[in-house]
Amino acid sequence: MNQLDQLEARSVYIFREAYANFKNLCMLWSIGKDSTVLLWLARKAFFGHVPFPLVHIDTHYKIPAMIEYRNKLALEFNLNLIYGENTEALANKLTFPDGNVDRLTCCKNLKADALKNTLSGEWPRFKLNHSTGEFDLDTNREAYTGVIVGARADEEGSRSKERYFSPRNKESSWDVGDQPPEFWNQYKTDFAPGTHVRIHPLLDWTELNIWEYIEREKIPTVDLYYNQGEGKRFRSLGCWPCTHSVDSDSKNVAEIIEELKTGKFANIAERSGRAQDKEDGGGLETLRREGYM
Amino acid sequence: MHLLRTKMNIVICGHVDHGKSTVVGRLLADTNSLPTGKLDQVRANCERNSKPFEYAFLLDALKDEQSQGITIDAARVFFKTQSRDYIIIDAPGHIEFLKNMVTGASRAEAALLVIDAKEGVRENSKRHGYLLSMLGISQVVVLINKMDLVDYSESVYNSISSEYRAFLSQVGINPASIIPISGREGDNLVSVSQNMPWYSGTSVLTQLDSFKKEKQPVDSPFRLPVQDVYKFTANGDDRRIVAGTIESGRIQIGDEITFYPSGKTAKIATVESFNTALKSKSEAGDATGFTLDQQIYITRGELAAKTGEPKPVCSSLIRVNLFWLGRNPLVKGKDYLLKIGTSRVKIKLETVHKLLDAVNLETLESATQINRHDVADCTFRLAKQVAFDLTSDFAGTSRFVIVDDYEISGGGIVKEAIDDKNPAETGWRKNVLKWEIISENRDLKTNFDSEKGNLILISGTDHQDAINLAAEKERELLLLGEKPILISISDDLSFADTSIYQTDTTREQQVQFLSGFLPVLLNTGSTVIISASRLTDEEVKLFR
Ligand SMILES: Nc1nc2c(ncn2[C@@H]2O[C@H](COP(=O)(O)OP(=O)(O)O)[C@@H](O)[C@H]2O)c(=O)[nH]1
Ligand SMILES: [Mg+2]
Repeated sequence: MNQLDQLEARSVYIFREAYANFKNLCMLWSIGKDSTVLLWLARKAFFGHVPFPLVHIDTHYKIPAMIEYRNKLALEFNLNLIYGENTEALANKLTFPDGNVDRLTCCKNLKADALKNTLSGEWPRFKLNHSTGEFDLDTNREAYTGVIVGARADEEGSRSKERYFSPRNKESSWDVGDQPPEFWNQYKTDFAPGTHVRIHPLLDWTELNIWEYIEREKIPTVDLYYNQGEGKRFRSLGCWPCTHSVDSDSKNVAEIIEELKTGKFANIAERSGRAQDKEDGGGLETLRREGYM
Repeated sequence: MHLLRTKMNIVICGHVDHGKSTVVGRLLADTNSLPTGKLDQVRANCERNSKPFEYAFLLDALKDEQSQGITIDAARVFFKTQSRDYIIIDAPGHIEFLKNMVTGASRAEAALLVIDAKEGVRENSKRHGYLLSMLGISQVVVLINKMDLVDYSESVYNSISSEYRAFLSQVGINPASIIPISGREGDNLVSVSQNMPWYSGTSVLTQLDSFKKEKQPVDSPFRLPVQDVYKFTANGDDRRIVAGTIESGRIQIGDEITFYPSGKTAKIATVESFNTALKSKSEAGDATGFTLDQQIYITRGELAAKTGEPKPVCSSLIRVNLFWLGRNPLVKGKDYLLKIGTSRVKIKLETVHKLLDAVNLETLESATQINRHDVADCTFRLAKQVAFDLTSDFAGTSRFVIVDDYEISGGGIVKEAIDDKNPAETGWRKNVLKWEIISENRDLKTNFDSEKGNLILISGTDHQDAINLAAEKERELLLLGEKPILISISDDLSFADTSIYQTDTTREQQVQFLSGFLPVLLNTGSTVIISASRLTDEEVKLFR
């Protein structure tokens, strides 16, 4: 087994543990490279099927190409796709692009709050209708108790403290200082009513591993990751007002792998193109405590 | 394909203040893994604040810059040598140290254990050593640190080494080496130091580089804890796939598999995977799936083995080594949940044989409960039989955790299956003998015959044995087209399979109730199977 085989095997094991133990399971899909590898691994684990819904939090500020790609893949892979949003904040223009709140508050409104209330079923969910290609109001409002997320430990400091199965309390918050132990491959699959568990099958993967796997498996990705001739590409995808591209000539997966191996980005954090991370020192950690993935 | 550099995860542990952070900081500095100028900056900072420079400060200084995320992040430190990349898993936090260490060590392939030369072996030196052993980390290096404080004395080194080596050998660890070092001065870390000419071993870095990547146990007997049996019908998929990760051994199409504890068998028809070339075999480490040539009913929790290879053990009474991390002590009389392989079962603490006390690591023989951070040798009674291996046979499938109040609160390894060892094979035969004695005894049997139905009484010293045998008889009759009624009587109702009773019913009441009810049941023409451990003559009379 090479390193990718080992990473894949562990992720698949985690998926199957999650599926066996959580009745109300879902997977978050941000459409980025990580969550698409995650989706691929789910198909590995379940032999081509994805036996739980994929939840996307739509901020309505995603780059349009991302949404197109999302819907295309959902139809092609026969996915149960659900999206949720913060309708009120959008209607009242409580967003950064509208100029009414700072970046972090915007993230909190459009992502963290929308996520929390979509997962709990408090706010409406919209479900892809495969026969019409439209989204219908989802009648299922049960809270998801197991939420699969594509976080990687190497992305950012606070994530390295994560467990594979990481409990969230009633307020969706994460108690970093007091986490249950993980012995061998036994994870936290029991949870008190009202709480839920975040599941991280990609915890051990690095940015390079992700690209190597995309190459090996020939996983379809959004073009935004590649230089389209202007010497720029995205390394991490988010909302367009807060996501910047990096200078790069990489036009395809193989070139990205070579580029990462040169160590070109070794001293630049992967999410450095994400402006909201810079607003306070522990920006992401603060958001994560409040439930942001 | 690109050449992948290998990575190795290492956990560092040891008593507080014995120098873990210093060793890690110094390793970063001496392998040129620090960002340019970082060392000078931290030194200058110390000077300005007129406090002595510490290598440990490097870690804190780097943590502040964690968005750079390169050399260090919240829980891990990265450095590389010519041969590979290392990740040192630091288990920060004093109170939560042990939970974090367990988690870290579960992801590690090797361990560094630091001991202060001046203070010598302390309680956590021992506790951590014990934990590493239980967790199955076999590649361990002991670092006797702060040798500068003891004048680089060979005799200090020798006495600590021999004391600690003796302890480690008790817990089954044979350290790869015991290296005298000074984290602060850098002796023997990346190169061999002149300060200890009496030391003939290697440096820490050379030792790390000599560690092997752990190989998957492909040559051991096949073991696969069944994670699930999938039948996804979408898009006309009619495969029924047994899924799981192979713990050891290998399989291929045509191999006959026996599932434990049910004892059911079938042959592998196909090996399944997604987006790969067609497969015909699979081996240890693979998260795999296969279909069978017969549609046998098996579920998550069974342990798959290859027919003809050494069998796993099935039991409901197990003696274990346990490490307890729960907020509340582990006590008798309370129900806990045991997770072993993929099976889950309710358990009760039966006996505490020995307890290594958390504070002074003294052995207590007469303990009744197990406190937080205690290490115990104890026996659990399981609500039903599960399949596993003994740690002396195959460590991987002997490992379990205990859940208390939704939390994983302890972990351990099974040392011994106390009763009904291997009932799926030897155990069964033993029982079948008993069975024959009962059923061949015409006298007894005819006496028990009623107008229509038959009564079969099954007894034995062990409750679970009796239940198993009864269940087997039930299956036999079902196959013959009969509709048997199976009832089990238990001393401990929380473990009774058939809960037609109030939970506070005594055994005597159960027997009374059943014997009164029995004629009604038998008049339906059904065969009634009653299983009960240790039936007394009086009880048998009642049933008559
Ligand atoms: N003299 C001397 N002091 C050391 C050495 N290693 C660590 N120390 C000191 O021991 C104390 C505790 O070290 P630290 O690395 O923080 O220990 P930790 O709690 O195990 O991480 C600090 O004051 C260090 O300066 C050493 O090799 N020699
Ligand atoms: Mg320290």
